[in-house]
Amino acid sequence: MTAKRLPSAFAELECFAETWCLPTETERFNQRLASTIGELRQFYDAFFPRLEEAIDHCDKFALDELPEDALHLLHLIYSLVMVAMAVEIMGQPAPVDAADAVMIRTGWPTP
Amino acid sequence: MTDQSCARSGRTPQGSWTEHYPELGTGPISFADSTSPEFFELEREAVFKRAWLNIGRIEELPEHGSYATKEIEAARASVLLIHTDQGIRAFHNVCPRCGTKLVWHEYPDRETAGQAGEITCKRCRRTHEFDGADTAALMPLHCDIWNGFIFVNLDTAPRQGLREFLGPMLTGLDGYPFEKLTERYDWVAHNNSNWKIFADAFQEYYHVPALHSQQVPAQVRVPGAGFTCGHFQLDGPHRLVSTAGRRRWLLPPEYMYPIERATRSGLVGPWETPDIGELPAGLNPGGIEPWGISNFQIFPNTEILIYGGWYLLYRYWPTSHNTHRFEAHTYFHPARTVRERIEHEVASVVLKEFALQDAGMLGGTQAALEYGIVDDFPLGDQEILVRHLHKVVVDWVDDYRRAHAGVGAPR
Repeated sequence: MTAKRLPSAFAELECFAETWCLPTETERFNQRLASTIGELRQFYDAFFPRLEEAIDHCDKFALDELPEDALHLLHLIYSLVMVAMAVEIMGQPAPVDAADAVMIRTGWPTP
Repeated sequence: MTDQSCARSGRTPQGSWTEHYPELGTGPISFADSTSPEFFELEREAVFKRAWLNIGRIEELPEHGSYATKEIEAARASVLLIHTDQGIRAFHNVCPRCGTKLVWHEYPDRETAGQAGEITCKRCRRTHEFDGADTAALMPLHCDIWNGFIFVNLDTAPRQGLREFLGPMLTGLDGYPFEKLTERYDWVAHNNSNWKIFADAFQEYYHVPALHSQQVPAQVRVPGAGFTCGHFQLDGPHRLVSTAGRRRWLLPPEYMYPIERATRSGLVGPWETPDIGELPAGLNPGGIEPWGISNFQIFPNTEILIYGGWYLLYRYWPTSHNTHRFEAHTYFHPARTVRERIEHEVASVVLKEFALQDAGMLGGTQAALEYGIVDDFPLGDQEILVRHLHKVVVDWVDDYRRAHAGVGAPR
């Protein structure tokens, strides 16, 4: 049993933490493309109903004072945003009609 | 969302945007300027070594000693920007003593940035101070700043100063609070098309309902929907397009995706942004109401696309006649809360999603142009800016050719 990453109120999402608690957009985008739409839906269906609660939990802290478990939860929220593009908008893992285009995020604010 | 009645009432007395600018003509145009290696060689000299080029913003060089290098492949130049005691200055990124590339990290062809008290050449170990008179040792470039945007000009004697080059339409943006919008996300893409072909994708919007049909949820999508921009404007080599837009949170909920409703952010950015003060009239020179976005295209290769309370910056850097490096940046006010940071992340993720669709088209568009089957392309009134960009580039190249034809080659 690996150590718990998420706040205890979100314990049921722990099974997604290893795959989706990813700190960079490049990792989140690559994980999305490496997943089947079924796998993406499974994560989306489990987490989306609790998204607003998760945002409220992270929003209790100042941006530069997020405890580690809330930071993991924030990264999981960022992954849900990424996965929502596939599940809600595109209906497939990759953006429709993007062909072989690649766009790399090279700079971003943290967290 | 466009407001059709508003867009129609914005038409010019001539009845079309294109006919309002008679020098543009209305005939079909050639895209040979986007397929020819010979034309690209001329473009390097006529455009990229003569125009003022935006290569960054002052926030990238926040304090004394901050430096950044910028590669301008089209002009075969590398620029070293340094925040000196006389402000931000630009130099050729070349050691004046031994002639090697001066500042780089790990790979000479990649851009780098950092903080230094002096600049030391990796090869000859010569040290260059950058304050005071000693900067004379480094080779300076013409550099000027407008509203925090850093421009350089690689010409030995630029034909115009920066403000004169920008002209009244762009300087009408003076006073826009760019300095308050400093939270930045950056992207780079290497695209397989001529640089102008990608710029074109952001200066006509009729393709949006077709290529980006997913921007509207399927249950409220209108098959065959069109899109009409409310205002177009040209000023010298520069262009502007504005569109109308309704406040996102006033739309019925089914017009948004669940992730947008949950995060109050999405396709057009965060729904609500902090008050950034009074905005200049030049932001919306067509008086579009309700105003949505204004897209300022600074010749040759920079685009500032201003939404409510945030903006996008695109640059298209040619690397050959049929490839370019695309830089994209979003600029938001600094997030005050985690919730605001999530709003910025959502806007940035959605932006990439649809920019990838635009980029994905490029291989096909460029290939079809290079087949050479069609050489006369009709352009519609909503493509006036496409017509203008290609005309200005060809005009600048013709001017350059004429000036050089007189030298040793009578005609």
